[in-house]
Amino acid sequence: MVPLSYYLVLSGILFACGVTGFLIKRNIITIFMSIELMLNGVNLSFVAFAAHWHALAGQIFVFFVMVVAAAEAAVGLAIIIAVYRTRETLNVDQVNLLKL
Amino acid sequence: MISVHLILFLAFGAVAVAGAVNLLAQTHPINSALSLIAVMAALAGEYLLLGAEFVAAVQVIVYAGAIMVLFVFVIMLLNAGQEERTKGSRVAVLFGIPGMLLGSLLVAWIVLRYSGTEPVPAGALPGAPKVIGPLLFHEFLLPFEITSILILIAIMGAVVLASKPPSAPVPPRSLD
Repeated sequence: MVPLSYYLVLSGILFACGVTGFLIKRNIITIFMSIELMLNGVNLSFVAFAAHWHALAGQIFVFFVMVVAAAEAAVGLAIIIAVYRTRETLNVDQVNLLKL
Repeated sequence: MISVHLILFLAFGAVAVAGAVNLLAQTHPINSALSLIAVMAALAGEYLLLGAEFVAAVQVIVYAGAIMVLFVFVIMLLNAGQEERTKGSRVAVLFGIPGMLLGSLLVAWIVLRYSGTEPVPAGALPGAPKVIGPLLFHEFLLPFEITSILILIAIMGAVVLASKPPSAPVPPRSLD
């Protein structure tokens, strides 16, 4: 028997690692992987709450999150390829055309 | 009393957290991608502990399989190397890290104090495909169909964005 709070704390740790990676990483692909890590952390709390409240809809939401993550990964990686083709770099510090 | 369930939870959780920290520590994107795969596999184990069999299978097949293969493929395609570290601002280090630690400790204390009244037994809510299927195709039919449109749009967007631009640019037409 594991208390619900343990699952929530684990999910929070994973989400915090994702946020930290998003902020400190400079490679655009690693930043993208940090977003996937955040989505995974949220999925864990979805499944834990579904088990806690006996609501199967929580697991369906995880399914939808995965579908959206797959679509996002496809489009995002295509954008990364397009950026690399024009800017010749993956470092986000050098992709600063919108900066004042 | 320490049960097998708790031991398994802690083992999978330790693997997940170690993978997440390793993702931050590594400088080469391929190492980060491999540690992210470890995180996802460990999370699939956590889902199995909670009884969500279908979600665990989809996690391994779609997340650790398809999406991460896409990532690794792009890393190899673009020949991504070591990332250059740039210095963050001093203010962020001085106030951000203590503030983040304080905030997360507060949240963890609140969660542990107020929400952990009822333990979740192993396999609390069996989410076999047999019970997921009717729910997905009756109550959630409209979102399901909308996600299929989303996938279609994503496919077209990926093809348009990643396809090569025409090698010889078309000369601009004169205005008259």
